[in-house]
Amino acid sequence: MSEKTDITLTINGNDHAIKVEPRRTLVDAIREDCGQTGTHIGCEHGICGACTVIVDGEPVRSCLMFAVQAAGKKIRTVEGLATDDTLHPMQQAFMDHHGLQCGFCTPGFLMLAVGVLEREPNISDDDLLDVLSSNLCRCTGYQGIIKAVRAAAIEMRGK
Amino acid sequence: MSAPETKGTGLKWVGRAIRRLEDPALVRGQGHFTADLSATHWVRFVRSADAAGKIVNIGKPGGKMVITAADLTGVKKITPMLHKFSYRPIGQPILADGVVRFVGEAVAAVVAPSEEEAEDIADLVEIEIDATAPLTDARDALKTGAPQIHAEAPGNIILEGKVKTPGFDAVWDGAAKTIMLDARSHRQNATPMEARAGHAVYDAASGRVTLNCTTQMPHLMRTAIADVLGMPESDLRVIAPDVGGGFGQKMSLCAEYVVLVWLARKLKSSVAWTEDRRENLIASFHSRDQYITLEAAFDKDAKLLALRADVVSNIGAYSCFPTTSGVEPLMAMAEMPGPYDVQQYQCLARGVITNTCTMAAYRGVSRPVITFTLERLMDKAALAFGIDPVDIRRRNLIDKFPYKSAMGLEYDEATYKETLEMAVKAIDVPAFRARQKAARAKGQYLGIGFATFSERTGYGSPAFAARGMEITPGWETVHLTIDPSGFVEARIGSSPHGQGLRTTLAQIIADEIGVTPDIIKVIHGDTDTSPYGWGTFASRSLVISGGATLIAARKIRAKLIKIASHLLEAAPEDIVLEAGSAKVAGTDRSITIAKMAREAYTQTHKFKGEIEPGMTESGTYDPPGTFSNACHVAIVEVDTETGHVRMEKFLVAEDAGKIINPMIADGQVHGGIAQGIGNALLEEIIYDDNGGILTANLADYMPPTAREIPEIELHHIETPSTQSITKAKGLGEGGCIGAPAAIINAINDALTPFGVGIDEIPATPQRIRAALREVEKAARKTA
Repeated sequence: MSEKTDITLTINGNDHAIKVEPRRTLVDAIREDCGQTGTHIGCEHGICGACTVIVDGEPVRSCLMFAVQAAGKKIRTVEGLATDDTLHPMQQAFMDHHGLQCGFCTPGFLMLAVGVLEREPNISDDDLLDVLSSNLCRCTGYQGIIKAVRAAAIEMRGK
Repeated sequence: MSAPETKGTGLKWVGRAIRRLEDPALVRGQGHFTADLSATHWVRFVRSADAAGKIVNIGKPGGKMVITAADLTGVKKITPMLHKFSYRPIGQPILADGVVRFVGEAVAAVVAPSEEEAEDIADLVEIEIDATAPLTDARDALKTGAPQIHAEAPGNIILEGKVKTPGFDAVWDGAAKTIMLDARSHRQNATPMEARAGHAVYDAASGRVTLNCTTQMPHLMRTAIADVLGMPESDLRVIAPDVGGGFGQKMSLCAEYVVLVWLARKLKSSVAWTEDRRENLIASFHSRDQYITLEAAFDKDAKLLALRADVVSNIGAYSCFPTTSGVEPLMAMAEMPGPYDVQQYQCLARGVITNTCTMAAYRGVSRPVITFTLERLMDKAALAFGIDPVDIRRRNLIDKFPYKSAMGLEYDEATYKETLEMAVKAIDVPAFRARQKAARAKGQYLGIGFATFSERTGYGSPAFAARGMEITPGWETVHLTIDPSGFVEARIGSSPHGQGLRTTLAQIIADEIGVTPDIIKVIHGDTDTSPYGWGTFASRSLVISGGATLIAARKIRAKLIKIASHLLEAAPEDIVLEAGSAKVAGTDRSITIAKMAREAYTQTHKFKGEIEPGMTESGTYDPPGTFSNACHVAIVEVDTETGHVRMEKFLVAEDAGKIINPMIADGQVHGGIAQGIGNALLEEIIYDDNGGILTANLADYMPPTAREIPEIELHHIETPSTQSITKAKGLGEGGCIGAPAAIINAINDALTPFGVGIDEIPATPQRIRAALREVEKAARKTA
C-alpha cells in the first residue's frame, strides 16, 4: 500500500509533479501534496460535497476519486475561479446574495454550480435545485445559495 | 436584493444590508481552517467499540508510539462543576482509564508521521474489554437496580432541578380541564460541515504551545487546558482560525485537544488531528435526547392556569465543560412556560447518565424540544376546547411588559401577539383551510402548524450564576484602536464562525465614529491578540460584543471630538464626525480622523497633557439579557401511504429588536429553520441495543439538502430592546427553536381525519406510518 507512484496533477493550469500512494484520494493530494487548501473535506464518503472540484469539465467529489485517476486530467478548484482581481460571477453572486456564512462548504458549492452551468447553461430552476441538493450546507438553509446560483446563471448566460 | 457596497458616505451603516467583510477571502478559498495546517506528527484516536466495560488489556504494536491513560501521569480529569441542583461532579479522563463508558470513547492515541500511517497503526491496536450490558435510554438508566455508570452519581442521576410555585396545588385542583402530553425528542448531532480538528505546535525558544482548533471559545479552552495539564496559562496560545460552523458542538472542551497540547510539549514538535465524520457523529457531542411529560391546566375559557413538567434529559456518559450537563435539563426547567402568561408552575428536571456520547449545547439548547412540547400541547388543548389553534394562543400569549415569569425571568418588551397576527394574516388561514378541505376530498392531506415562542438572548453573567455555574460566561470586552495610519481595528473576545460579526460590529463602529466599514478590521479568535472573552454561542455576540463595541466606540468618539476641538479651536458640541472627518458645524473647517489619530500618537505635546496619548479604548458589557420572539408557520403535505412529509411553505414573523444588518439577520433565521426542519423530520442518532451507533455517516444521519427546504417567507417587527444598548436582541437560535413545533403541529393537523397524534421528533416516515398502521388495524377489526 505504501509504495508511491509519480504522477502529475494539472490544477488550474499548473502542473504539480507529486509522489502518491495508490490509495491517496484526489482531495488529499490537492490539499496536502499540491498545497491547494481551498478545497475542503467534509465527510470523506461522498455525501456532503465540500470537496467538489471540476475534473475534465465535470463536477466530481474529490474524496471519492484517487489521485492517480486524475493524472493527466484538467482539474479546476476554487483557487482558479477568479481571474486576478475579478471574481467569477458565481463568487460575486455568493457575496451579493449571502450564499455563505462560515464558508466551509462554499468552495464545493461554487465548483458544483459552475461545473453544471458551464455544461448546461439553460438548466431549469427545478433541475438546478436537484443539482444543488447534491451538496450540504449547515448554515444558510440554502436560501442564499439558490438565489446566488440563479443570479449567476443569468450573468453567465449573458457572457 | 443585492447587498450594497461596503464603501460610501452620508448614510447610516446600522440597518443596512451591506455585503459581508468576511466573504472575499472565503469565496476565493483563502480562508484559514485548522485542517489546512501541516504537522510533523499526526494523531489517530483508537476508540472503544464497546459501550460499557472494563479495559482488560491494550495491545500495542511494537515500535510505534501509542499513548494511553497510563502515560498521562499528572493530567487531571475534566470535571465540570455546578453548585446547585444536587449536582454530582463526575470526572472524564482524557483517555479512558480502566473502564469505557460509551462507543467512541478515546482509549488510546496513535502518533505517526502521517494521517495514513496513524490510521494503519490504529488498526493494529487491540483493545480488550470485558464488556457489560450498556444503558442507552435515560428511562432505563433511572430504573431501580440499573447498573451504576459513575460511582459518584447514585441512580445515574447527575442533577435534579425542582420547582413548584406556592399556589400551584390550589390552582391545579380548581382547573376546568387538564391536558397531558408525553413528548419524545430523539438524539441529534449539530453536524457542522467542518468536523473538529486541532493542531498544536511547540516553540522551543519560548517554551510555549500554540493550539489551533475548531472552537467557539478560544479563551476558555486555554484556561481549561492549562488547568487540566497543570501548566501556566501564559505558556499556551489558543487560536480559533476560520471555523466551519459550530452550533454549540464546538463550545465544549474536547479531551482530544488536551492530548494534542500534551504531545506537543512532550515531543517538542507539531502534532495534528483531524476528526473524520464518523468520529464526529459518534464521539463529539450529542443533544436533544429528552423525554418530557407536560400537563397543563386551563380554565373554562381555555386560559392557561398552570403547567407541570417532568423532564428526563439523557446527558450521555460525561458532563460537558463549561456548561455542565445541566445545560439541557435546566434550560428546559427555566423556560418551559415560553411566551404564555402562566403563573403556576411545577417542574422536575433530571439529567441522567447513560452509556452514550456526552450531551452538550446545540443551537437552541432544549428550547426546540420544550417549544415543540408546549406548542403541541397547546394544539391538543385547542382541539379539546373545540377552538382554533390561533385562538388559544391569542388567549394566552403575554401582552404586558415587563413580565415576570413563574420562574422569575423578566421578559422585556416583545411582540408575541403582534407576530402571531402578522403571520396569520400573511399565510391567509381561511384560504388555506379551503384548499385543505378540497385536497382532503381528493385524498391529499395538507396541514398547517403554528408555533409561538420566546428566545432568551444575550444574557450576561448573572443568568449563568443563577444556574449555579462555576464558570459564568457572561460579559464581553472589546479593544478599539485607530492606528497611526487612520485605520480602525477592533479586538474582540467573541469568536464568530459564520455569524458575520466582523461586518455587523464594523457597522456599529462606522456610525459611531464617522468612518466607513471597509477601513475597520475586527480581530478575534486568538488569545494572544484578543482580550479575554467568552466566545460566540447562545445568540449573544451581537448583543454583548456589539454592546461592548458600542461602549468602546463612544469613548473613541468622545476622544476624537476632544482632539478636534483642540485642533480646530471649536467647542466640542460644534464638532460633527462624518465621512472620515471631524467638521465644525456650519463652517468649512475640518480635519480628517486619520490625521487626528496620527497626532494622538505623534504630536501629543499639542494636547497639553489634557488628552491621553494613543487612540485605544476599551468597552466591557454584561447585560441582563433580553427576549426575541417569533411566530413560525409550516404548511406540509403528508403522504399517508409512505409517511413522507413534504414541506410546502414556511413563514416567519419575528422580532429581534433593532436589526444591524438585515441580510445577515435573515441568513441566521434561514439557517436555523433548516436545522429545525432536520430536527423535525430527518435527523436522528440511533443507538442499537449494544450501544453501537447505526447512524455514523451522512447517508444515515441526514441533515436536510436544498430539496427538503421549502420557500421561506420572513416578516419583521423591530421592537428596540431596553435591555441591550444597541437595541438589538440577537436571533441566532430562533429559527431552529420554532421550526420543529410548527412542523409537528402541521403534521398533526394534516392527520386530523385519522385521529392519530405524532408526539415525537423527528417525525420520520416510519413513525408516521406506524401511527397510521395502528388506526388502519383498528379499522379493519371493526370492519
